[in-house]
Amino acid sequence: MLTIKNLHATIDGKEILKGINLEVKPGEIHAIMGPNGSGKSTLANVLAGHESFEVSEGEVTFLGENLLEQAAEDRARNGIFLSFQYPIEIPGVSMVNFMKTAVNEHRKHNGLEPLKASQFLRLMEEKKKIVEISSQLTNRSVNEGFSGGEKKRNEIFQMAMLEPKLAILDETDSGLDIDALRIVANGVNTLKTPENATIVVTHYQRLLEYIVPDYVHVLYNGRIVKSAGKELAYELEAKGYDWIKEEAAE
Amino acid sequence: MIETKQYTAGEELVNLFTANREMYNEGCPVFMNGAREAALEKFYKAGIPSKSNEDYKYTDLRPVFQNDFEVVPRYVEQSVDLHEIFKCDVPQLNSHIILLINGWYYGRNRRVGEFPEGVICSSLQHAANEHPEIVEKHYNKYAAASADPMVNLNTAMAKDGLFFYVPDNVTIEAPVQVINIMYSKENTLALQRNLFVLGKNSEARIVFCDHTLNENYYILNNLSECHIEPDSRFGFFSVQNQHNGAVNITSFFANVEKNALLDTNTVTLNGGVVRNNIKVQLVGEHAHANVNGLTLADEKQHVDNFISIDHAVPNCTSSQLFKNILDDHSKGVFSGQIHVFRDAQKTEAFQQNNNVLLSETAEMFTKPRLIIDADDVRCSHGATVGRIDEDALFYLRARGIGEKEARLMIMFAFADQVLSQIAVPVLRERLEDLVERRLRGELGPCQHCTLNNKK
Ligand SMILES: Nc1ncnc2c1ncn2[C@@H]1O[C@H](COP(=O)(O)OP(=O)(O)OP(=O)(O)O)[C@@H](O)[C@H]1O
Ligand SMILES: [Mg+2]
Repeated sequence: MLTIKNLHATIDGKEILKGINLEVKPGEIHAIMGPNGSGKSTLANVLAGHESFEVSEGEVTFLGENLLEQAAEDRARNGIFLSFQYPIEIPGVSMVNFMKTAVNEHRKHNGLEPLKASQFLRLMEEKKKIVEISSQLTNRSVNEGFSGGEKKRNEIFQMAMLEPKLAILDETDSGLDIDALRIVANGVNTLKTPENATIVVTHYQRLLEYIVPDYVHVLYNGRIVKSAGKELAYELEAKGYDWIKEEAAE
Repeated sequence: MIETKQYTAGEELVNLFTANREMYNEGCPVFMNGAREAALEKFYKAGIPSKSNEDYKYTDLRPVFQNDFEVVPRYVEQSVDLHEIFKCDVPQLNSHIILLINGWYYGRNRRVGEFPEGVICSSLQHAANEHPEIVEKHYNKYAAASADPMVNLNTAMAKDGLFFYVPDNVTIEAPVQVINIMYSKENTLALQRNLFVLGKNSEARIVFCDHTLNENYYILNNLSECHIEPDSRFGFFSVQNQHNGAVNITSFFANVEKNALLDTNTVTLNGGVVRNNIKVQLVGEHAHANVNGLTLADEKQHVDNFISIDHAVPNCTSSQLFKNILDDHSKGVFSGQIHVFRDAQKTEAFQQNNNVLLSETAEMFTKPRLIIDADDVRCSHGATVGRIDEDALFYLRARGIGEKEARLMIMFAFADQVLSQIAVPVLRERLEDLVERRLRGELGPCQHCTLNNKK
């Protein structure tokens, strides 16, 4: 589904990603862990099409097509979804209008008629249940005045609305209380099918108890320096990153 | 009509007036004509404003008065029915519609719906003769003190416009829509003078729609005075959609008495050079004024909003919110004054000016002017000039919304913070629709979009 080969990316001339290789197949869940500043969000943003980052080398194919040539909106329509580490507040743009426009853009892309207002509202009601998000939030402007946890929940709500093929969840667990973590993780699991895939960026093994990964990768200094099964997450939780850094330095 | 030859700068306008004084006085009562002389003198001394006039620092009007134009001191019968050729883009307001042409109250205005008893909605000149007891009491009472040459030019030469009177305890639900049309075979300087008087505990709203119906060069110098008696609520909304060669100088003076509420919103959609002078005097305790504005400009459009709010007595509140979205080589100016007089304690006055520049070449000049002579007051002001928030743009695109649409959503949200202040739903929705079309590039100045309604 997604193949990343030797991906290098820079911002303002500074190299952040220094040769990433990753293969994600349908149905898989990949966890990416790694110290602060190692490049996890950069990778997520590059995959989503953020134009501040320049890809200086390497290639990415998604569903058989060159992903790097596509504009951010086309990537989204083709099935990539980024749950932002820091979701953006957009005052004055209502959640309803935002989601309606997004859903209908996806439908148009798939050759479907736009949803009627009533159909859309029904869809929204249905998806709100998945992450137990309240109407008080969805009746407001996009993320405006949302708490940290509410923003994260809203990301997964949007994911539920758009049903992506590849979801990249960038620290969706940070800022969530214990109950919210379970609800959000359940939401992600509910949306999981054998056809779609998930990349979970996280610092904590705890999330991975709910969203059980097939692979755990450690990103350090712009490279994936270690990949293993879910047991690696436990090891990191217990030992920290120093041993990885030492291994990487060798 | 007299041949005005190619009168250009201020001195020539003065000469035009003195050579034709009788014609300018003709048909108007003594109190109107008496006011002309002092105003003319002030205009003569100051001349057309240039950048050396501090209040016109960013808007030099000399070049725009350099063109040839006519001034018409008599009402000209139109050969066509304006109701037929003109359909304004702000219709379906379910409102009373009044047409003015080149500053003159249109002679064949049809009565659309009935006003409550005692309401007067007519030509100013007509009212000045028929109802001098009301008009004289307020005519030039609020504009006279102004040093603004454009205000004085108006007092000196204007002869007609709209007079609107609402008696005590009368409420007019539907907005009164006033369509100011510029339409002539010749380049024209129009001088329009309006007076609105709201009796005690009354309520009404006026919507001005400024249009140009053909490509000729127009200068509209349009001045309104407005007297709002205690416990009344008045809304004044100005929607400006003239072509890029037109000059629109709109002045609005409001005198707001005890416990009265003034709501104004100036929405500039198109125009060549636009100057809005808004002067509000809060003269009775617990008076409140909302003074808002939204400008969408592109190409070489130039829009200058010059606001001044006087808190003359204690316990009044005012709020200014002006926003500009500027593209191409357009220029925006915002200059907002809050003047809290001595002893006007417990004043609350807020001012906000937010601007988005869509191009490298668009320019915004913003300047707050605060004069605060009382100590127990709450005043604040703030200004921002920025670009479209790239993070917000990426967020929307990352959900599959195309870049163009995403930009539009962000711009519209920005603009709508001004429009959402409009308390009349039907008017707010119409304006939101117009603004959205303007942002989409689907709304041109009126000669492109409405004349084709010609039957
Ligand atoms: N816009 C930017 N301008 C300059 N440097 C940037 C920018 N964005 C990211 N970086 C740098 O790139 C490096 C990687 O950042 P990134 O956000 O990808 O880290 P991360 O692995 O997600 O960290 P965290 O765990 O703290 O979220 C950091 O050193 C960061 O300072
Ligand atoms: Mg990060």
